[in-house]
Amino acid sequence: MLTYVVRRIALSIPVIVVASMLVFGFTQATTDPLARLRQSRDAARLIPAERHRLGLDRPLVVQYTSWAKDFVKGDWGESFISRRDVKTEIFDKLGKTIQLIIWGVLFSALVAIAVGVYSAARQYSALDYTFTGLSFVGLSMPVFWFALMSIQFLVFVPKNLFHLNQPILYSVGLHSATDHSLLDYIRHLVLPVLTLSVQLVAGWSRYERSSMLDVMSSDYIRTARAKGVRRSRVLLKHGLRNALIPLTTVMAVDIGGLFGGLIITETIFGWPGMGRLFFDALLSGDTNILLPWLMVTAVFIIGFNLLADVLYGVLDPRIRVS
Amino acid sequence: MAISDRDGLEAARAAATVGSGAQALVAEQTAERYAKSLEVDLGGGPAGPGGRDREPAARSQWQLFWRRFFKHKLAVAAGAVLILLYLLAIFAPQIAPYKLNPNLDAKTLLDARHGPSMKHWFGTDELGRDQLTRVLYAGRISLLVGLCVALVSTLLGTAVGAVAGYFGGWVDQILMRFTDLFLVVPALAVLMMAQKGLAGKPILGHRLSSTNLIILILSFLFWQTIARVVRGVFLSLKEKEFVEAARASGASSFRIITRHMLPNTVGPIAVNTTLVVGLAILTESTLSFLGFGVQPPTVSWGNMLAQSEGAVGTNLAYLVYFPGLAILVTVLAVNFLGDGMRDAFDPQSTH
Repeated sequence: MLTYVVRRIALSIPVIVVASMLVFGFTQATTDPLARLRQSRDAARLIPAERHRLGLDRPLVVQYTSWAKDFVKGDWGESFISRRDVKTEIFDKLGKTIQLIIWGVLFSALVAIAVGVYSAARQYSALDYTFTGLSFVGLSMPVFWFALMSIQFLVFVPKNLFHLNQPILYSVGLHSATDHSLLDYIRHLVLPVLTLSVQLVAGWSRYERSSMLDVMSSDYIRTARAKGVRRSRVLLKHGLRNALIPLTTVMAVDIGGLFGGLIITETIFGWPGMGRLFFDALLSGDTNILLPWLMVTAVFIIGFNLLADVLYGVLDPRIRVS
Repeated sequence: MAISDRDGLEAARAAATVGSGAQALVAEQTAERYAKSLEVDLGGGPAGPGGRDREPAARSQWQLFWRRFFKHKLAVAAGAVLILLYLLAIFAPQIAPYKLNPNLDAKTLLDARHGPSMKHWFGTDELGRDQLTRVLYAGRISLLVGLCVALVSTLLGTAVGAVAGYFGGWVDQILMRFTDLFLVVPALAVLMMAQKGLAGKPILGHRLSSTNLIILILSFLFWQTIARVVRGVFLSLKEKEFVEAARASGASSFRIITRHMLPNTVGPIAVNTTLVVGLAILTESTLSFLGFGVQPPTVSWGNMLAQSEGAVGTNLAYLVYFPGLAILVTVLAVNFLGDGMRDAFDPQSTH
């Protein structure tokens, strides 16, 4: 088992290195760190000087190696706009995004597993068809529109209906300026969590349903039933535990994607996390943020993919043998 | 079972590129299962005792497909809705009750900020422009982007996937490693950077409109989905007897690929092309909403929503309903259609 894990980790190091080259080249090709100077009256004089100061006149390979060295050492440069250290900035925002991810994943997993198990246990029932229909709607839903609709119908409609001074749920930010209570935090958390859960719940519940159906038709389930174990016990003790194995790995892969995938949710709800940071940096031309941002999110995606592989091996011994 | 789980994981990874939870749709299409269903359809599987004599008149693969497809009521309805949507888009100039860009004179402005009514079904915006007209015209762009991206990615993806799957070796290695790399960066962020970096710059001597640029960028992302699917099916078809027979009778590689293997890959290609239409429309509208897609004055559902974002919570909130509903209905129809097609091509899939 240990050698399996070590081998997987060793294999993902070259992936990170190649990804860093790709990301570096891509960022060089699509961003222009000198854009701020182009409008200036002294552009003709300033640009070559700045280009030399930033080292942009050196060959690409030299630029890459010097950047990679600095990146590994933890020297990520500073933001053009806020003049803050990029590393502190990114880790600060990462904390905010992780809060969103934790609550979103917990909520989505609970709902998806409940829905998936029910649908598999009562296959072709009215509720099963309803859930299937809803999951199609969820997968076809433009997330940003769902966010706007949730603000309209969960914030403004109740507020106007009951003539409230303050809405029940907030649609902007992490907490109020004066109120730092847990209740206030939850009132801010509900809408972004709901938004990011739409597609997760839709995808995961479908996956859980089909893997549950797979498991329930296997021989050991029939054996358990034949020796007189109650249906509910078979379902939860034998069925669910095995059906969760493939879901866990899919969840791990999806969670990795969330670190850079919450751009829409965070932008609409003013959540000061990674997605918002990227959006603002791209709009304001703060190019120093973009490259480290892409690297950090890539490392998370690769890391969670690795976790998915390892989890699969740990949870399902049959994989290790083959 | 273990094999199909691994395929599911692979597909989930492929779907994660797009940053959406589409894995449930893609995951169920596994190459292994598809190849198995072919055996049955083509009579290649073990025939039951005496089965040959009582077998009904042979039906072509397509006849079987259509029979099964028409049994799937929801998919047929979705297909009809989709055809209707495309007709509405094509004939938008004839159908639209008002002009897309009316003269902003006093008469139009008098009509401003009217909620949905018989005169203006979807209401009017703060400039008095009819929203039904705008949604119809925006549909032209969104549906065009969906179709073009699907066609370009299918052509490119099929060619690359077929070569990689058939020849294997280094071609295959390069393709797989290349597409793997795209799985490790957040797709939406990369698309936004690409759009910002390329917007307004000439590409191969041509200055692309924002619509064409987004088609180009999205095709570059989605061809990989198709390539991976085609490669997967080819890998399993390669071992089949009919391919071996063709090779033994001296057919060239080109002939084997185009005449023997591709016709047997039509199912998964068609299903995934359909799903890419939906994904492309979703991604385009998301990018346009964030300001990194189709740019005004060209209207798309996404940039209509960007313009009316501020209407949420005001009495103009109806401006936000209709473009979003249009996206939802279109993508839903595409996904139901794709699902029905998958069932028709692959009756053994259990989902």
